[in-house]
Amino acid sequence: MTRFHLGKGMPTRVVACLALLFSIIPAGALHAEAPLSYLVGYGMRARSIATLTWALMLISAVVVIVVVGLLLAALRRGDSFAAFAPGTQLPVARPAGGASWIYVGVGISTLVLFVMAIWTVVTLAHVANPPRTDSALKIEITGHQWWWEVRYLSPDVSREFTTSNEIHIPLKQAVEVELRGVDVIHSFWVPALIGKTDVIPGQANRTWIEADKPGVYRGQCGEYCGEQHAHMGFEVIASSPEDFQKWWDSQLNTQPGAAPEAAQAQNTFIAKCGICHTVRGIGAGGHLGPDLTHLLGRRTIGAALLPNTRGHRSAWIADPQHLKPGNYMPRLELSGPELTAVSNYLDTLN
Amino acid sequence: MTTTELDRVPEVAPRDYGSPLASKLEHLWATKPGIVGWLGSVDHKEIGLRYIVTAFVFLLVGGLEALVFRIQLAWPNQHLLSPAQYDQLFSMHGATMILWYAFPVLTGFSVYLQPLVLGTRDMAMPRLNAFTYWVYLFSGLYLYVGLALGSAPNAGWFNYVPYASRPYNPGLNIDFYALANILLGISTTLGSLNFVVTILHQRAPGMSINRMPILSWGTLTISVGNLFAMPSVTLAFFFLWLDRQFGTHFYDPPSGQPLLWQHLFWMWGHPWVYVIVLPALSMVSEALPVLCRRPLVGYTAVALATVLTMVLGFGVWLHHMFATGLPNIALAFFSAVSLFIVIPSAVSNFAWLATIWTGRPVFNTAFLFFVGFIVVFVIGGVSGFMTGSVPADWQLTDTYFVVAHIHYVLIGWNLFAVMGASYFWFPKMFGRMLDEHLGRWNFWLMFIGFNVGFFPMHITGLLGMPRRVYTYPDGMGWDTLNLIITIGSYVMAAGMLLFIVNVFYSLRRGVVAGPNPWDAATLEWSTPSPPPPYNFVVIPTLASRTPLWEDRLDEGPYRSELNEGMPLDHGKEVLGTSSLDAQPNVILRMPEDSLVPLFFALVLTLLFAGLIVKFWWLVVTCIGAGLLLQLIWLWPRSELRERRP
Repeated sequence: MTRFHLGKGMPTRVVACLALLFSIIPAGALHAEAPLSYLVGYGMRARSIATLTWALMLISAVVVIVVVGLLLAALRRGDSFAAFAPGTQLPVARPAGGASWIYVGVGISTLVLFVMAIWTVVTLAHVANPPRTDSALKIEITGHQWWWEVRYLSPDVSREFTTSNEIHIPLKQAVEVELRGVDVIHSFWVPALIGKTDVIPGQANRTWIEADKPGVYRGQCGEYCGEQHAHMGFEVIASSPEDFQKWWDSQLNTQPGAAPEAAQAQNTFIAKCGICHTVRGIGAGGHLGPDLTHLLGRRTIGAALLPNTRGHRSAWIADPQHLKPGNYMPRLELSGPELTAVSNYLDTLN
Repeated sequence: MTTTELDRVPEVAPRDYGSPLASKLEHLWATKPGIVGWLGSVDHKEIGLRYIVTAFVFLLVGGLEALVFRIQLAWPNQHLLSPAQYDQLFSMHGATMILWYAFPVLTGFSVYLQPLVLGTRDMAMPRLNAFTYWVYLFSGLYLYVGLALGSAPNAGWFNYVPYASRPYNPGLNIDFYALANILLGISTTLGSLNFVVTILHQRAPGMSINRMPILSWGTLTISVGNLFAMPSVTLAFFFLWLDRQFGTHFYDPPSGQPLLWQHLFWMWGHPWVYVIVLPALSMVSEALPVLCRRPLVGYTAVALATVLTMVLGFGVWLHHMFATGLPNIALAFFSAVSLFIVIPSAVSNFAWLATIWTGRPVFNTAFLFFVGFIVVFVIGGVSGFMTGSVPADWQLTDTYFVVAHIHYVLIGWNLFAVMGASYFWFPKMFGRMLDEHLGRWNFWLMFIGFNVGFFPMHITGLLGMPRRVYTYPDGMGWDTLNLIITIGSYVMAAGMLLFIVNVFYSLRRGVVAGPNPWDAATLEWSTPSPPPPYNFVVIPTLASRTPLWEDRLDEGPYRSELNEGMPLDHGKEVLGTSSLDAQPNVILRMPEDSLVPLFFALVLTLLFAGLIVKFWWLVVTCIGAGLLLQLIWLWPRSELRERRP
């Protein structure tokens, strides 16, 4: 029976190295730019979730440190054996005192769990209930494979309009979001503003988003929904109520018909794109793809896939299947002049 | 009681594995040589090993799938795999690991060990045991035929409708998955039934329920759990198949409900998580005390915690559906239960800590795996506690945080325990020890690789990386972490490779183990290694939980009787005992080896093949052939009649 000196300290050393690694990684990661991070919330709802999450994380870290610490201490204390020698016996005993571990450990755990269960329910009530004041603003969002249709609702029907993949909201106001599913299940998620709510066909779910700091917040589909689930992003833009109102008014404008010298481009667009896309004001009224009436006003194309530049738009039209394989916009096999015409026309959609 | 020709005067013989009695039993119980004998074997040890080996093959295949897509995810904007290929790979990875590795490997250990730890000679239904193995194997092959044809499941292992419905998934992909799952479900259900009967009815005399090894508590608990959980998932997949092939409307709105799928699936799915970890936990509770040279601290508490976990496990399924728009009152209730299910796990955790603290540990590879297991057990536990809180879960769900959590649970709670158990019971199974030097490398590579590979997933999750994305843009703060994850996963794979090397090396060169290399306390170690086909030359009688340590622990006046007992040699005989007190009440005759289970499994698989290609004549033929085989299987035979002891 040999005492095992070398191996006994090994667990402590390895755990120390891993612990160091695990504290460097998060520290580095938290400093990085992370648009989908929810560790910091920018609205009442997201903030109370973030606080709860941090508390849960802190408790978790303490539990891991205490248990691993006890484990390492148990390994280092007292007698141990290096190995069994075949055919010989090692002593066995039944030392007392083990049961108190279970009483104390389980007692403390239960207490912590009880507190966190209460905190959970309180936060739940805080986050999931409608705002006290009647929300003036209501948006209807429809999840499609693989883009977001956004409809702004108003008591005055003439002030309603549809856009896509970009949601504008006024600052410091809870905006009600009605979620409609038409194909498969998606999940509406803006990490910095609100947790996930699923978009389910045949069922109307709702949630609220609010932001108290102007800015662009990234959103993403949170439920696996097929080949391009990865590229089903969107953006929420929070601005002052005045800017928001101006934006809304501008969205209501329809597109004037093209000037005669651009009529050719507009006709190409209607012929090639109008079956699926709408541009209000001209003869393009398809509903299979995003509404393009104010395309140039948006920051991205392809559901937050690429920045909205002329180059990216042309590349997209030339071969959408290359940039987003499997999406429902077919490769149109446009000739060079047709491609230029469509690109030129899109450049006018202010 | 009147005497009939069925009564028998109890005989007693000494325990001697070299006696004429032993050769007689050997002759009665041994599997015939040759391929036909091998295919027809109903020996639980043979079948248990087949389960374990098959499950490890699926583990390696599932692991390779992950290694391929980890390359894709190591850097942003990679296009090694197309989205369609990626979707099939990650779905196959999940299905393979959760359904065709994690449970079957534990079933394998249970099939091998249960009759040995209970002091009996075989499972209660040996032919059924063979049948469930074959069906398990064929269901896995069935699924992989789908992959070979390019029609592997592609909707993730939980396969949400409507994406898994025909309009959005017109290929045969989902049909392969649905039918393979129903086939596997037949195996799981029947296997569980076999365990329940064996454990409640074939324990050695004197092994009352409170003296049953903790190992059997794990298997018994999850087997009963399976009987309640499996119907739900089988029905879910059957409805899905009907929706897809016959135009019913269980799941598609407006007449059907997409959420019906999620309820049916998770009503099975969450209990299943416990089904694939509780037997692993009980293996740790069984083996760790031996390596700490003391009985387990808090046997009763740990046994009850096992049962309680399973029971509560049926009341938490909604926590997979927190974001689906359910009423707040339901969310609050399920959230609370999801938090409180931590309590029974805490019982086991502190019992292990106390066992190590108050014991004198032996630092070998099996022990290291159990210690590593406890570390990852705790990390996997607290991340589960975090996701159990509804508002936090609305952020965490479907991100890499959850991916980290399930891997800490499934690799941590299942694989690390299985690895430790492999080092612990390998000598019993093969008569040789696994090499310790290779074992250390095996452990440290796996432990470090695992943590480097999976811990950073918590962080990418907190930074918002959604799960199941085939690629991701740069500038999201995920790049470096994903590279670290990929490196870690390859280090872990290297550790796994060393295990395989160790197995092949030790099978030939390992130190000869002898009957009880760990000087352990339970019945399996009172047999030679590997055990003879009949396990016990005489049936032992128990007086405590630790029959081989009684003299040294010096507890109480009673002693187990291992050196003398009933020989039961009038055929393939085992002793049936009462459920709670394990009093002998019947002698059971076990069936001979038989090819019928194999043929029946083949016919059943052919039937399922007929269903997928819609060859109805094949389906009808298979049903006819199946009925015929059942007739042969169940034909009453006088030599199998029960006798009183």
